[in-house]
Amino acid sequence: MKKLSARRRHPLAALVVLLFALAVTGGLYAAFSPSEAKADDSSAQSLAIEEGKKLYAVGCASCHGTGGQGTSDGPSLVGVGSAAVDFQVGTGRMPAQQPGAQVPKKKKIYSDAEIEQLAAYIASLGAGPVTPTKSQYSPDGADVAKGGELFRTNCAQCHNFAGKGGALTNGKFAPALDGVSPKHLYEAMQTGPQNMPSFPDTVMPEKNKQDIIAYLDTVNSDKSKTPGGLELGGLGPVSEGLFGWVFGMGAMIVLTIWVAARTAKAKKS
Amino acid sequence: MSSHEISEAEDKLPEERGAGSAVRPAEDPFADPGLPPHEHRKQDIDERAAKRSERTVALLFTVSMLATIAFIAAYVAIPVDKYIYVFPIGHISALNFALGVTLGIALFTIGAGAVHWARTLMSDVEIADERHPIEASPEVKSKVLEEFHTGAKESGFGRRKLARNTLFGALALVPLSGVVLLRDLGPLPGTKLRHTKWAKGKRLMNYNTMQPLRPEDIAVGSLTFAMPEGMSEEQHDFQTEIAKAALMLVRLQPENIKDKRELDWSHEGIVAFSKICTHVGCPINLYEQQTHHVLCPCHQSTFDLSDGGRVIFGPAGHALPQLRIRANDQGYLEAMGDFSEPVGPAYWERG
Repeated sequence: MKKLSARRRHPLAALVVLLFALAVTGGLYAAFSPSEAKADDSSAQSLAIEEGKKLYAVGCASCHGTGGQGTSDGPSLVGVGSAAVDFQVGTGRMPAQQPGAQVPKKKKIYSDAEIEQLAAYIASLGAGPVTPTKSQYSPDGADVAKGGELFRTNCAQCHNFAGKGGALTNGKFAPALDGVSPKHLYEAMQTGPQNMPSFPDTVMPEKNKQDIIAYLDTVNSDKSKTPGGLELGGLGPVSEGLFGWVFGMGAMIVLTIWVAARTAKAKKS
Repeated sequence: MSSHEISEAEDKLPEERGAGSAVRPAEDPFADPGLPPHEHRKQDIDERAAKRSERTVALLFTVSMLATIAFIAAYVAIPVDKYIYVFPIGHISALNFALGVTLGIALFTIGAGAVHWARTLMSDVEIADERHPIEASPEVKSKVLEEFHTGAKESGFGRRKLARNTLFGALALVPLSGVVLLRDLGPLPGTKLRHTKWAKGKRLMNYNTMQPLRPEDIAVGSLTFAMPEGMSEEQHDFQTEIAKAALMLVRLQPENIKDKRELDWSHEGIVAFSKICTHVGCPINLYEQQTHHVLCPCHQSTFDLSDGGRVIFGPAGHALPQLRIRANDQGYLEAMGDFSEPVGPAYWERG
């Protein structure tokens, strides 16, 4: 101790003390930082809700009501969950351009950060399906064949056997599913946007949804194989029949006329 | 008559009028003009051109032969699971593509060769084939009729009435044996069309997971398919039975259910309807969760699930049959009996 006090006026003493103090402060910070970060996270969350509320008041409140309670122009958003917001706003369906039978997909207007803020605000109104994480919707390692079976049981009636979409009543339609991201597919099944019924985890577990996404990825991507080729939109007998009648029969008629036509003569008449 | 003569006279120049009677109409304006003079093709007059045509035809037939050989070679050589990329078509099975192309060439070149042969080498001299009346001459006709009457008289067909009438009877009954044999088309359906696998106490199994369903599993706005407990795809009659027993479950707010019986037969707003259209039996499950309408993809029959499955559009004849359900002691959904009416399309004995 005496040795230490004897060196307290050493030119390097100040440096040693400084380093020591820095180490202690750093250690203390490291020890307490998790709880601080958590506090920070929740404040970020409430900040997101605040920001989302502002965005909501500008872009959504005219139809869905100032508190998300719904009006005659738009349904209540209490309890729809962040997954519904991520789907509707992320695919550009919301904000809707005009009232009509069905709000179609269009270019998305809000940035991903804004969508997250909106989702945080709507989720704060009431518990609902939460935006899925990548491990939930990723089709990696899923059973494609099982997915096909599930798709034909639950989805094909409206979306066609290969996910090409189809017509419903009074101008409504089931959209084609090619090019829809796995996340949005998952959210649509989870939340049931517009007139689509939902398929919650209680009746269609997460694993089944992954299988369906894997099936769609297999039949509808650029890499998907068509053994017969020339699928004509994958719409089934209507487009195939039309092709057969128009082009097949058309070619036959032209050929028949040509076969019976005047042949070339030696002298031009 | 006279005015016609005057106008005709006025039409002509003065110097022509004197010779008016010299203008005579053609003998018969509708006479057959006959065939135009025959024109020869190059191949008819030039033997070298004809040889050239023959070589073309032979070339087409040879290409067909080669294509057939290529077809067989492709069938042998190309593995079934090989895929290639062909520009406008996409990723396509190499075998299918090769078989289609070679068979197409083989058939097309036979046809093309035959047509080229017919158009350039076979005779193209026009010939007229006169039509003749199909009626026989009066002499032949009267002779035949006379012979017929003689024959009828000699056979005693008009006089021996007993023989004639029993012959008619025998001829009328013979086809009946054919009608009776139709019975072998299959056993009569009996009451099969009236019953499904649903029965009192059978739990509702989720079609996706094959687990029994609880009321809390089914959310408002969701769509769930169910089958009766105890069925599995391995059973030999599974397809026959599921075609009648297929069930769809939706949950409505109880205050949205307009039909009293539907409300009685539901459980906490969960209603169970047959999935088989009452028109011609297509599976209907194009469910619109906001309108509670369910649409048949075949002929657009639309049913209102909030109003007892009533038909609101399309050719279906009667409402969708509803299955009466409840929750049992363990909290699982179960049927309280079979459908009260036959599911699917109407049939003769349905009443």
